[in-house]
Formats: sequence, structure tokens, C-alpha cells
Amino acid sequence: MVDEILTIVLDGAIYASWLFIVALGLTFVFGVLKILNIAHGGIYALGAYSTATLVPIFYSLGMPEQLVILAMLVSALAVAIVITPIMERGILRRFYGQDEVLIVLVTYAIYLVLEDVQKLIWGMNSLYVSEPRELLGALEFGSLYYVGYDLALIGLAIFCGLFLWFVLNKTQSGKIVLAVIHNPEISGCMGVNINKVYLAAFFIGAFLAALAGSFTAPLISVQVGISVAVVIESFAVVIIGGLGSIPGAVIGALIIGMARAACVHKLPEAEIFIMYFCMAGMLIFKPKGLFQGAQARKI
Amino acid sequence: MSEKLYNNLLFQSIFLMSFLILVGLLIPNWLVFVITKAIAYGLVGLGIITLMRGGLVSFGQGFVFGIGGYTAGLLGTQAGLTDAMLLLFISFLFTGLVGLIIAPLLARYRDIFFAMLSLAFSMVLYGILIKIDAIGGSDGFVLPESTYFGIKPSSEYADYVLYVVAIIMTGFISILLRYYYDSTPGLIALAVRENELRVEYLGSSAFNVAVLNFTIAAGLGGMGGALNGIALGHIDPEFTYWTTSGEFVFISILAGYLSVPAVFLAALLLELVRSFSGRYFPDTWQLILGLFLILSIIFIPSGIGSFFKQFFDRLKKSK
Repeated sequence: MVDEILTIVLDGAIYASWLFIVALGLTFVFGVLKILNIAHGGIYALGAYSTATLVPIFYSLGMPEQLVILAMLVSALAVAIVITPIMERGILRRFYGQDEVLIVLVTYAIYLVLEDVQKLIWGMNSLYVSEPRELLGALEFGSLYYVGYDLALIGLAIFCGLFLWFVLNKTQSGKIVLAVIHNPEISGCMGVNINKVYLAAFFIGAFLAALAGSFTAPLISVQVGISVAVVIESFAVVIIGGLGSIPGAVIGALIIGMARAACVHKLPEAEIFIMYFCMAGMLIFKPKGLFQGAQARKI
Repeated sequence: MSEKLYNNLLFQSIFLMSFLILVGLLIPNWLVFVITKAIAYGLVGLGIITLMRGGLVSFGQGFVFGIGGYTAGLLGTQAGLTDAMLLLFISFLFTGLVGLIIAPLLARYRDIFFAMLSLAFSMVLYGILIKIDAIGGSDGFVLPESTYFGIKPSSEYADYVLYVVAIIMTGFISILLRYYYDSTPGLIALAVRENELRVEYLGSSAFNVAVLNFTIAAGLGGMGGALNGIALGHIDPEFTYWTTSGEFVFISILAGYLSVPAVFLAALLLELVRSFSGRYFPDTWQLILGLFLILSIIFIPSGIGSFFKQFFDRLKKSK
């Protein structure tokens, strides 16, 4: 019984931390740019693919094993550096200030393009990079064994969340971003270069998506179609927490992660739709999510 | 003025329908099939247009598309009802009823929240459908061949007969919708789109407008789903998946909310792009579809319908 609860909690926490890293980027981009980015899932997949490519190269160069984490970070960074100018400067910039739903459709189109770009570059075969997962050994909890790498993901998620929170609230550039979130027009009048803030925010969002992808790559087989599920799952998280809210993303990820882990162990039939169920339930009772303040209606 | 215009509209529509029915005899069978599918998708798009006139966009029309498809499919396999017209009509009514039941829940939301809640509904349905093994789970099931007034057409004409039925039923629905759009509640929807609060101050209910429009959209989506299922002869949970819903939103954005025929043109464009790129670039059809989407949003932001409207306005002026 205790073991079962512990399993559910740990599985849930691992799943939640993965979800949180993806959702953090999604919610941050929505907060700053007011774009609900469906292509976020595509960037996630690119992150996974680039890690699956880079890590074997890294090993073949004979580098020390411990530095493989560095290779994963670099691959995530590379994805963000390539994708940000194309998406934000090239496409999304044309649609700022237009209807939110129209922009969602544009990002859906970009998502479709990214799906095939993955196929064109990496082909239809599955890629495996399980080596980094063996790096941290295994940990024992009573009668349970957990892979150290999986548990380290929880640490990574906490670090990402705290870091973004710290930058936003305790540094000058973070406060500028908060000002832009609050009112882009007035911030612009005060001399803030809004285009730069948008670019930087999108870069951070893309990096977080790619980061989640590259750290998940060792856990899964990297193949066509890994981005589809991510899109809706991270949507569910940010909808539950409230669009644009970081604490909301934490709670949302925990709710979905735990609910799903509980379902896997107790009610496997419900595993697929439990998160949609959470999302629909939350929207019905608290449509703006848990952490969304009241907003004035414009007449 | 309106009397003359409407007579005119009826005449135009019947002319267009007869023309399309005749053309159907001349064009190859695959094109007949593609047009039938485009009509199915166009019906769902028409539903989103109806919502768009009231300022709402649903990102979960896969929900009603799936319900319509499964209604027709289950009636066919379980109850032995194979008359295509009856199936389309029952799916229309039943899905409209489902729409009416959940509409009050959805009608409280606006913008992205409306889109997301409708998406959540469609994904819950998807999650349920792939788990019910009795109706095929994620594989779906095959529909029995459809009949028309008790007669089963030979297989070479089956596509064409369905095409004719689809054109006639859709044609009359389109005419009715045009009447609805130009009626008082239909015009109030446009006012809600402009400024909801002012409409409420003037004594109309934006909530009721949203409920009515969602119900209509649900019925149309259900009929589209049934038509698509009958045309394909197969139904699976993919009908309710979010990527399918995305295609419907695309059709309605490409068409714009001004014109009814534009919706079917947009749906046909999407189907053609999909079948051609699927045929000649099987590995990259999503890429082509995506680029087509982005370019059409950049270059025709207010939709094909805006061209139609400009054209007809100019025609009126020159008279």
C-alpha cells in the first residue's frame, strides 16, 4: 500500500516535471507575446531529435561521459537559436495584435511544417540515445528502484521554474519583461524595445521546449509523431493553471502528472482522457484557470 | 427590395446546384469523391462561420464531426438503417440536440477560452472513443453500403449518387442559412461580434445568440461528419482529433465569414491541396499544407469571401 502510493507519487512527480518544463515555455510565451503556440510541440520534437543526433557524435569524439549533459544543453540551444528567428521574426511578427485564434491557426500551420521537416531531416526510423540515462545509476526506495536520471529531471524542472521566476522578479531585465506583459504600448512609450523583448521571450520559450525534448530523448524512442501528444498535454497544463502564470504551470503539471500516474496504476483505461477531463472540468468551473486575476471588460 | 433578392438567391442556388450535378457526370470519379468530401468539410466550416459571425471560433468541431459520423455509423451497423438521406438528416438533428445541451456551458466563454473548452470536449470524446473496443476502438469500423429510397446503386455510381444527394441537401441548407444570416437574430450576431456589451445594453442577449449559433454549428458539423463517414465508408476516432478540428478552423478562416459559397470553395481548395500533395509528395504533404495555410493567411487575411463580396458589390454598383 505504502509502496503503491510512493510509486504513484514518484511516477507522478517525474511525469509532472517533464510536463512542467514544456508548459513553462508555453505559458511564458503566451504571457509575453499573447500567442498560444501549437508549434511548441514541434520545437520539443526538434530538441529530442537534435539530442539523438548530437549525443552519438559526442561519444564518438571520445569525450568524458559526464559531460554528455553539456551536449544535450547545446543541442537544445542550437534548436532555439535556429528556430526563433524563423518563427518569431519571419512569421509570427506579421500577426501581432490580430485575433488570438487566428494566431493559434498560424502556429498550427507551423506545427504541420515542423512535423515534415523532422521527417525530411531524420527520416522515418526511430532513434535511441539511452546512454545518458545510465549516467546517474539507480536509487532505492524501500523495495522500489528508480533510475537516478529520471529523478534528476525533477531537479531540472525545479531549477528551470525557480530560475525563470528569479529572473522575472529580481532582475532589471525581468522587470522590463513584466512591464511589457502588463502593457506593451506604455512600456514602448517608456523606451522599452518591445520587439527585442518579444524575441527574447520567444527564444526562452523555444529553448525550454527544446530542453524538455532533449532531456526526454534518453527515456523514449525518438520517432515521428512524438510531438502530437505533447501539444495537448501542455495545453491542458497551462489551461488548468491559467494562461501566462508560472505558479499555475507548477500546479497544473502536478495535477495532471499525479492524476495520470494514479490512472496508470489504478485505472489504466482512463489514462488517455484523464488530462482532457481535468482540463474540461477546470474550464467549466474556473474558466480562466487557477492563477488568473480578474480583468476589466472593455466597453 | 428583399423579396426580389431572395427570389433571385433561390434561382441562383438551384441553377448552381443543377450545374454541379451535371458537371458531376463529366468529371472523373475521384474528383466526385473529393468534392463530396469537400462538401462534408465545408458543412463543418459553415458551422464555424456561423459561430464566427458572433465572434466565436471553435477549435473543437471535431467533437460534433465525430458525433455525427458515429451516429450515422452506429445506426447503419447496429440498427440496419442504410438510407443515406435519412442518416444525414438524423445525424443533423441528433448532433444539433447534443449541441443544444452543451451550448449553455460553452456560451459563457469568449475568445481563446471558448476555443480551448471546445477543444477539451473534442479530446475527451476522442479519449473515450479509442477506449471503447465494442465500436472498434482506435481502428473504428466499416459502414454498410448506403441505399437511397431502398435502392442500392451499383458500385460505379455509388459515389455519384451520394454526390448528388450531398449537393441537394447542402444547397438547401445553405439557402436557409443565408436567410438566417440576414434575419434579425442573424444580424444581432454581427453586432455581438462588434461589441457584445453594447448589444446587451440595447436589450438583446449575447448568450442566446451564442447558444443558437453553437446549436446550428453542431447540427451542421454532425451532418458533415455523417457525410464524410458515408463517403469514406469508414469511421474512426481520428474524426474527433484536434488536428481534424484545426482543418475546419482553417477552412473557415480561409473562407471568411461573409459568404456561404466561399466556405465550400475553401474546403475544396484544402481537399485538392491535400489529395495532390498526398499523391505526389506523400512524405511532405503536411509541409505543403502548412505552407499553404501560412501563405493564405498572410495574403488573404479576411478570406475568399471578401473577394466575392467586393465582386458582387461592384456588380450592383455598375447596374
